[in-house]
Amino acid sequence: MADDRINSYKTGPDENGRFGDFGGRFVSETLMPLILDLEAQYEHAKTDQSFWDEMEFLWKHYVGRPSPLYHAERLTQHLGGAKIYLKRDELNHTGAHKINNVLGQIILARRMGKTRIIAETGAGQHGVATATVCAKFGLKCIVYMGAHDVERQAPNVFRMKLLGARVIPVTSGRGTLKDAMNDALRDWVTNVRDTFYCIGTVAGPHPYPAMVRDFQAIIGKEAKDQMLEAEGRLPDTIIAAIGGGSNAMGLFFPFLDDTDVNIIGVEAGGKGVNAKMEHCASLTGGRPGVLHGNRTYLLQDDDGQILEGFSISAGLDYPGIGPEHSWLHEIGRAQYVSITDVEALEAFQLCCELEGIIPALEPSHALAHVMKIAPELPSDHIICMNMCGRGDKDIFTVAKALGLDMDQG
Amino acid sequence: MTRIDAKFADLLAAGQKAFVAYVMAGDPDYATSLEIVKGLPAAGVDIIELGLPFTDPMADGPTIQLAGQRALEAGQTLQKTLAMAAEFRKSDDTTPIVLMGYYNPIYSRGVDRFLAEAKAAGIDGLIIVDLPPEEDEELCIPAQKAGLNFIRLATPTTDDKRLPKVLTNTSGFVYYVSITGITGAAAAEAGDVGPEVARIKAHTDLPVIVGFGIRTPETSKAIASVADGAVVGSAIVAEIAAGKPVSEVLDFVRSLADGAHRA
Repeated sequence: MADDRINSYKTGPDENGRFGDFGGRFVSETLMPLILDLEAQYEHAKTDQSFWDEMEFLWKHYVGRPSPLYHAERLTQHLGGAKIYLKRDELNHTGAHKINNVLGQIILARRMGKTRIIAETGAGQHGVATATVCAKFGLKCIVYMGAHDVERQAPNVFRMKLLGARVIPVTSGRGTLKDAMNDALRDWVTNVRDTFYCIGTVAGPHPYPAMVRDFQAIIGKEAKDQMLEAEGRLPDTIIAAIGGGSNAMGLFFPFLDDTDVNIIGVEAGGKGVNAKMEHCASLTGGRPGVLHGNRTYLLQDDDGQILEGFSISAGLDYPGIGPEHSWLHEIGRAQYVSITDVEALEAFQLCCELEGIIPALEPSHALAHVMKIAPELPSDHIICMNMCGRGDKDIFTVAKALGLDMDQG
Repeated sequence: MTRIDAKFADLLAAGQKAFVAYVMAGDPDYATSLEIVKGLPAAGVDIIELGLPFTDPMADGPTIQLAGQRALEAGQTLQKTLAMAAEFRKSDDTTPIVLMGYYNPIYSRGVDRFLAEAKAAGIDGLIIVDLPPEEDEELCIPAQKAGLNFIRLATPTTDDKRLPKVLTNTSGFVYYVSITGITGAAAAEAGDVGPEVARIKAHTDLPVIVGFGIRTPETSKAIASVADGAVVGSAIVAEIAAGKPVSEVLDFVRSLADGAHRA
């Protein structure tokens, strides 16, 4: 479909960084000039072929792209309905989709002459990706990570340290991803001259949501080509898990104008989306507000105070969501559902047993929704799900949740 | 003319610099906080900045972060902060009160409803950290229409090209942030601040008040002498955090105010 048709879903954001009413630039004045500079630099790089040549070279030779599109035959048989494909972004270097975006931002940082890179991380996948690319380019790397997440994602903390990054456990607030993002912003406002803030998801002030989406859109572009090659047509449904929403936005974006394709985002339902708010489902259980530089759906109380999310998956444990998802939700182009911890754990195990793939807990949420809908769909219905990360980092969490003792084998 | 404009006219006539004190509304609890606020004018405070507690104060250092957490844990809400201001107004109708905080609690309440309630409670101005001029339609312009001053922060990263944009819809005064950083962090240097204040004054007739990094009566005096006044926040909040009796907190405030007034 042509990108230039007037009613395209792909024209956003506008010049103020808005997707409908969502997005924007809600930052302190100290950061505003930096964000405007970043926007100008990104706009320039975006149309510079040498920028994309460098990206494509590294995507191919350093990350290992394109990631395969894999027909999950036994899952398909087991569920007995729709034909299931997995976009294998868990096979990327560093084990998740995060590096797609980090490469873009670090190349941009180098062009801007920045020498110090800061990042926030939840599950640690974005932190590991940032530490990795910083090591490759010899850049100083500081990763802010909630103290609670440092505990539950120990293997990734060690990886980051091996890669030469300094991991700062964040104890402000309640010590999770949103607090890590606050501290990263505090660092940036203090070190404005030499520092580049490498945000890991499609949230934050403009231009981050658009920029991160553009870097992650490689997922959807490849999936589209690969699906045409495998099936001679586009999938009927595409599905991805959502915390901040970068892997989902990356898969969805190239399909937005293919209106025959159903788009489903899966939020973390934690212990269930109910009045107790023990979940991270911003769209299904939150309302619009302003946090971390953008207007979007947030988990918040009646006074506009931000609530802590709850999820077994540290990577989905964020009380907000990228503003473009909020917009897609309101206009109805994408559908958003939630999956509980228990359902995600079931999907995690099924994927290990049937496909020989240990998925991260984040895409296990997407897979759990596939398990719900696939049996009801006809065999000629094609589902493409983004397997955005591998589960090595999660084995301890899963063992604990299943009541298994790893030392006993 | 708002209470802020009137206050600066009085200070100008008296040849005096302004001393602005920041406290977090509801810290450590509603009653103590109200007692402190009520004592500020007699301690020499010309303008009161009342902090709106927020769970995610991304421009604040640990001192103000913890103050916000204490206030929230003690049950402070936006509604209670407005009630506190209204209570203060019963005995003081001249000292300006400026609310300082983040946008979400206001957005959550609804801008029009908030502005009407704030005006009724005797609030004079707003400093909302995460609303740069690019987002003026959100609150700045509606606030001015409602008769409240919208006070903007100018920072060391606000260059001459950007300064006019920052000043356009600013009223009451300009708050110059003396450092690149968060509240309560690096120390402000009068030698650095002086030229910056002069730079801003070349673009506006509004008073320029300087804050961030002022902790002692000496710095308060030094900074006030190169500007139209000084703001102290974290240093006062730290006294409250230490559990000092209200009278001692106010004595400390008086020493800072005296510093600024000697400038």
